[in-house]
Formats: sequence, C-alpha cells, structure tokens
Amino acid sequence: MIAPAAPAVLDRDGLNALVAALVAQGRTVIGPTVRDGAIVLAELTSADALPYGWGVELDAGRYRLVPRVDGAAFAHSAGPQSWKSYLHPSRERLWSADRTSEGDVSFTPDEPEVPSYAFLGVRPCDLRAIAIQDRVLTGGHYADDGYRRRRCKALLIAAECTEPGATCFCVSTGGGPAADPGYDLALTEIVDEDGHRFLVRVGSDEGAELLDGIPHRSADPATEETADAAVDAARDRMGRSLPPVDLRALMGASLDAERWDDVAARCLTCGNCTMVCPTCFCTTTEEVTDLTGDHTERWQRWDSCFDLDFSYLHGGPVRSSARSRYRQWLTHKLSTWHDQFGTSGCVGCGRCITWCPAGIDITEEVAALDAELADHAAYGTETD
Amino acid sequence: MIAVPVPHRVVARQPETADTVTLCLEPVGAALPEFAPGQFAMVHSFGRGEIPVSVSSVQATGGLAHTIRSVGAVSDGLCAMRVGDVVGLRGPYGNTWELVRAYGCDVLVVAGGIGLAPLRPLILSALAEPEAYRRVNVLVGARTPGDLIARQEIESWPTAFTGVTVDQPDADWRGDVGVVTQLLGRAQFEPDDTWAFVCGPEPMIRAAARELAQRGVRRDRVRVSLERNMRCATGHCGHCQLGPLLLCQVGPVVNWAQAEPLLSVREL
Repeated sequence: MIAPAAPAVLDRDGLNALVAALVAQGRTVIGPTVRDGAIVLAELTSADALPYGWGVELDAGRYRLVPRVDGAAFAHSAGPQSWKSYLHPSRERLWSADRTSEGDVSFTPDEPEVPSYAFLGVRPCDLRAIAIQDRVLTGGHYADDGYRRRRCKALLIAAECTEPGATCFCVSTGGGPAADPGYDLALTEIVDEDGHRFLVRVGSDEGAELLDGIPHRSADPATEETADAAVDAARDRMGRSLPPVDLRALMGASLDAERWDDVAARCLTCGNCTMVCPTCFCTTTEEVTDLTGDHTERWQRWDSCFDLDFSYLHGGPVRSSARSRYRQWLTHKLSTWHDQFGTSGCVGCGRCITWCPAGIDITEEVAALDAELADHAAYGTETD
Repeated sequence: MIAVPVPHRVVARQPETADTVTLCLEPVGAALPEFAPGQFAMVHSFGRGEIPVSVSSVQATGGLAHTIRSVGAVSDGLCAMRVGDVVGLRGPYGNTWELVRAYGCDVLVVAGGIGLAPLRPLILSALAEPEAYRRVNVLVGARTPGDLIARQEIESWPTAFTGVTVDQPDADWRGDVGVVTQLLGRAQFEPDDTWAFVCGPEPMIRAAARELAQRGVRRDRVRVSLERNMRCATGHCGHCQLGPLLLCQVGPVVNWAQAEPLLSVREL
C-alpha cells in the first residue's frame, strides 16, 4: 500500500512523459484529439495529439471548434463520443455456434483479449457516467462480462472542468465540475502568467505509482488555490440547469402531460441523444450466419428506445408514437433509472442537447413539464 | 463467463394448434439449473436468434417443455423443429408464480389462449398437493376451439371447477361461448382468501384482473405474467422495461397492485 500521495504539478513535458509512460506500460491510451471539425476520442501515441489551443462553442443542435489563445488542452466540454464507445462498444460478438453434419450444436463464448485502456481527460460528468454504467452493467444479479473485463483493466485520468459549455448542466444533476472519487489521477489545467501546468491529484495506488515514474514537482499552495478557484468558478458558469425539483416525482406525475405531444412534434426519433449519452446502455442482438449456414454468431449492438423495433412484440411495437418513445427516454433517465439502479441516469454533460438535430433541450423540456404540473396543481387547488 | 446457450435435444414434439407446438427438451450434456413454474428460458433457434419462452413443463430429469406459437422468424424456426434437433437454452430467468404463497387458500387460474402454457406446471403443482391448496379453479378462454391448447389434459385435471370458453365457436362446439371472465361466476372461491394466477393476451389480463379485484380478490394476490421484448434476460439490454420494472429481473410475474397503474398508461 502506497500512502496517499500529495498533489503534484506537471508541466507539458510532464504530460508528455505521462502518456509515454502509459504507452510503455502497453496501455491503449485514449484521449481527446481534433478530427473532422470536432474534438473526438481516439488512441493517442503522444500528448502532442491533445487538442491544444482548441475550445468549443455549443448550443442546442450546434457544435463548433473555436481556437483558444491560451493553448489549453482540456478547455473544451463533452464531445460527440463518450467513454462508453470503449467500455461498452457499439458492436460486440457475444458467442458463436457451430452445427455438425449430424445436427449437433456447440456454443462458444467470445472472450477476446481486451486492451488495457488508459483514458486521458475524463470529464467529471463522464467519470460519473462510468460509475453509473458500472452499476447498470455489473452491479445487478448478472454482470456484463465484456464490460467488466474491459472496465477492470482501465485506468482513468480525469480532467476537471474549468470551461463549461453552453449546454452543460452537471451542477444541477448533483455533480461536477470537480472530479468525484473514482479516478486514478485527476488533472486540473492551469494556464496563467506562471505558465501552462497541470495540478495532479492522486486517487489510487496505481495512479501514485504512475506519477512516481514521471518528472513532476510537489504542488505549491498557489497552484492548488488557482486550480480550486478555476473549478469553483466553473461551477457558477454552467450554461444550463435542470429545475431544482424532485425530478423523480415530476416524471412520475407527468406521464399524461401535454408537453409530450409538443416535444413529439419536434423530435425526429433519430436516437442521436441515446447514442451520444454517456449512460444510455441499451443494446439489441443480431444473429449473423456464414454462407454454409452451419456457423452462426450472436452480436450485440447499441440500440435506442427511440427505435420502433425496440419495444416490438408480435403484432407491433408497444411504443409506436414519438410521444411515448421520448417519454420513455426522459422518464427512464430521470426517474425509473432510480428504481432500477438506485441512481439517476443523467450526469448533465449536455451532449443530448448539442447533438439533437432538432435542438431539443432536455432542461427546457423538464422545465416545461414542471410548469405544466404546477399549472395543473394550481388549477386543481382553485377548483377544489 | 458469458452465459452461452446450453444444447438441448428435442425428444418429443406435440402440435397444439395450427400455429402452436410444444417441444419437450432434454439436455444433450450438462443440464441447466432447475426451472420453477413461471420462469422462462432464452430459446435459441440456430441461425435465427433467441426468444424468451416460459416453461410449460418442468421435469426432475432436467428436461423441460416450451410451448411456442409461430409469430416471427425465431418462433417459426422453433416450431419447425423435429425430434432429434438441437436448440440452445439459457436460463432459468425471471421470477416464479410463487404458488407457495397461496398455501391454505383457494387458487384461481385464468388463462387466455397459449397463456395456459406457463400456468400448466403451476396447476399440476397445486393439484399435486390437495391438502395445501383448498379449491383449485382453472378458467380457460380462447378465440376459437382450434386455439385451445392441452384440450384433453384440461379435462383430466381434478379441479374444484374447470371452465373452458371460446369467443368464436365452430359447429362442433358444445361448451361456453364468451370471454373468460364470464366463467368466474361458477368458480368456487372465497374472494378474500384467494390467490389468482393470470396469463394471456394483455387485454385479457387487464379484464380478468379488474374483474377479480371487483369481486373482492386482493389486488396483491392477483399474479399476472407479462410479456415485453427481451434481448438479454440479464437486465442489461433495456428492452423489457415497463415503467420502473425490468421485467426480466422482477418479472415476468407481477402483482396486479403493481401492474395495474403501469398498464393503465397508454404505450408505457
């Protein structure tokens, strides 16, 4: 057991050394980088690939890269992907089956070697999202085997949030912009007259060992104060917020709300929100055979509750209207997720707002549902 | 370990109706853990896929039976199985009817169409212990006489009351005509000391459970088996949600007290 290490400071060379050390350990390092006009997650072979000098401008249905003069690497908010792309990939083979000429069938589980991931630059919202998927996929009676094998080998290096976007609302979901426990190392990026540096907090023995192996210095009080102040300031600069009400109760009381018709008139049921959501976990399965017909494979792929097939029973889908499918998504996320997994399914990352082609804003929809319920309550009181 | 299907051989195939078949299955090698009435398996048809099917018979040998109606690619494939063919089974999944809670009470079984299949092992268990369950009633409804499954067997059950009714009789039908709830008047049960077990199409479940509640059966003693799309059966695919319930985990059997408010919301 290594004693909890004191905070340290890395400069840009130190960050380079960190990535180099992870690569040298044989880890697959995943982090943010600029590609095709967005900050995406990709494998990094060096810290030079980080999006130094890029920020983002966000709004409902809008995402633009903007250059930053300060050269910061982590001054951007959530991009189109989340870490579930790696821990809970969009396609995964579960097992395969072979049939002999005598008609006997054998089943073989698919258990490939999984990479040892190191995730660099995990936002506090995404750190919470990983914790939520941990509960959903490994915390119940059954565990998702592939997820668990990838997850238990993954090293998490958080990047605390100092530059929230216009679609961010993590604070109103009870999290961020500081990193909750669960990281191995947490970075807070500072760019000021004293230079470009990263305050490093240690969250695990593995993180401490990693830090030990790279050039760093002990954190000075001034750097710690500056980092804390930047994170504190971010708390007050969230672009959006959910109404401060009991969201579980609100959703439970709003199943017949008229607002669902309103949002259904705008919603394209494309499922983008579920694809970009870092906690949405739903999957479906596909059977794939080869040309002989005697080899078949069972594949799992991401699915969306916006898809008509999602609720299909013989005879038709249970949820055929857009109204019922949007309601399912939002009610699950904010209310029935608690019943199923003991936590909310929303971390306030804002991706569903940014990447909705119709610009539907979850915070606006929840506020409208709240207002509708309040109207009804007021009306009910008057007529009683 | 990923739960892969376990090979089972079809040892008997019993056509039930024009589109429904009962397959009796025995494990080829190792057996699955024992299933209890009400639970289901994910049944794999080679090259087609998997569907959830409740057990319609459970044997001490590890053998079990599934009654399958052909309504899609996978169930078509399963219904076309012949004796000697191999299917894959995962399970047991889900909860049970919990018949034991009806100890000392009247038992009322209400089945619609193929909904009788998952209730069959429950009926046999209740009848096997006449000292444990007071009066066993079996009420069966179907669209037409041709949609009735286990017709001969139904008549052989030594119940306090067995009623069979169809919506659309044919020329040879001499029995009751109408919805299954019409039979309740003739069933022998003390409403405040009765447990009811209901399975069938959702509109029939709704009508039967409401009628039972109206007649004074406690809503938390009306156990209904519900159906939703299921892909994994392990609580991870999200498909089987009914409001707060993941039916593969806390179902498929749900108390009417819990199910009624959920089934009252359109398209929930």
